[in-house]
Amino acid sequence: MTTFWSAWIIIGSLIVIAGSAYLLRMVIVDKMGVEEGKEMPHTFDGIVELNNPLPRWWVIMFAASIVWALGYLAVYGVANFEGLTNWKSANKEFYSLSDVKAANAKSRENGEIIQYLGELDKADAVYGKTFAKYAAMPVEQLMEDSDALKVGQRLFIQNCAQCHGSDARGQRGFPNLTDNDWLYGGSFDKIKETISLGRISTGMMSWKAVLGGDQGVKEVVTYVRSLSGRRVNAKDAAAGKAKFALCAGCHGASGTGNQLLGAPNLTDNIWLYGGSTAAITDSVSNGRAGVMPAWSDILGHDKVHVIAAYVYSLSNKK
Amino acid sequence: MFKKLNHEVVEKNAGLLAILTVVAISFGTLVEITPNLFMAETNTPMKGMKPMTALQFEGRDIYIREGCVQCHSQMIRPFRHETERYGHYSLAGESVWNHPFLWGSKRTGPDLARVGGRYSDSWHEAHLIDARDVVPESIMPGYPWLADAKLDGVLTPKKLSIFKDHFDVPYTDADIAGATEAVKGKTELEALIAYLQSLGTNLK
Repeated sequence: MTTFWSAWIIIGSLIVIAGSAYLLRMVIVDKMGVEEGKEMPHTFDGIVELNNPLPRWWVIMFAASIVWALGYLAVYGVANFEGLTNWKSANKEFYSLSDVKAANAKSRENGEIIQYLGELDKADAVYGKTFAKYAAMPVEQLMEDSDALKVGQRLFIQNCAQCHGSDARGQRGFPNLTDNDWLYGGSFDKIKETISLGRISTGMMSWKAVLGGDQGVKEVVTYVRSLSGRRVNAKDAAAGKAKFALCAGCHGASGTGNQLLGAPNLTDNIWLYGGSTAAITDSVSNGRAGVMPAWSDILGHDKVHVIAAYVYSLSNKK
Repeated sequence: MFKKLNHEVVEKNAGLLAILTVVAISFGTLVEITPNLFMAETNTPMKGMKPMTALQFEGRDIYIREGCVQCHSQMIRPFRHETERYGHYSLAGESVWNHPFLWGSKRTGPDLARVGGRYSDSWHEAHLIDARDVVPESIMPGYPWLADAKLDGVLTPKKLSIFKDHFDVPYTDADIAGATEAVKGKTELEALIAYLQSLGTNLK
């Protein structure tokens, strides 16, 4: 803050306080020349006013708040005057995350009182040990620790349930995490990778034009439905099977998917976007592209580790 | 003259009373608000900050039109209980190109200052059309008409140039010339999602 604006704020604040003190003084001095409790000379429509002093409690409170204001400014500071305690709510006047972090490190080094950092340190002293302990434990051990799984569940409900549901069973377009059917792999490390870095699907394109319009789409859909054991029109399915070569690049020749690409298994009767003829037709005709956001920056490694263990535990019950 | 400036004078002159009232209450504004309009701290954009794209800009106008600000704030305060849930506290540099600002003062729903990248586009789509589809306990209204309404982009270049000329937002001439093309035919839903996905992403 420039000296000019700092002075502006400090002087302005002091003028307000001085003005309040002046006002208080003006209203407690009896200028009427009438004995206390007696009628004052001004009357209006026959209404008279007695010369009563202001209530003592009110005057004391007014005076006390003036003293309080001065004390507050002295202790907490105003504008560029940092105050007697060197207190700050947070390091705010910075223009990039790295600058804020550098300022925080410097504040810690200088022993400044930064309320926000104080809150973080206090919480870290309480919870940090727990998360550090969990972060060092392998998943097999975490799965035997019911407290760790409860922590994982709580974090899941706060951060993941919006899409995957509070029971982790997912919903249309957002995978069920309890069925042991995985788009990108169900090992603990793969789950952790998915949560940390997110997944941006390579995206299924619209196949309508390539497959030769609605008839081609219909044949492929019929064949795809046959993969999970549905009874289908054999002629369409046979025609679709030939066309499925185009799909095999991602979904595999047998339709069992490819976890490197996040291409779903089409044979297990688990459907991310619905398994009805209409839903599959929509997928093939218009394409699909799911996105899982990246959480490592938001939650940090330790929390991701515990959430991954919770998610892993859902489909790997002992 | 000053001796006479007592209660009686002020009480019997409505005009004088009004003037003195304005003088008294303007001190708060002069001290608390005026410096912010001119200080470098509140007028310097974040390092490497990019102005909103034309589509995000239109999305912001829809955010304003639909009154999202009535229930959602965009201001994370420097308290741990806020930053744990919403992310790093808001910095002044993130808001310098916001006219009007949309900090809000009411959280019926969650703060949105850093909602960008937190959910996928398709989640936002489902959630805006009917929030109960994805979050059963939500009380947010549905906005299904956004999916049908298409933008024509006629006023978009004008909006961008107003922000360029009056608020120093660094739009290039190419940005402004291509603004209509960039939003034409897109739905309001797409624009709003593009805006939401941009929120809070300027803190790097």
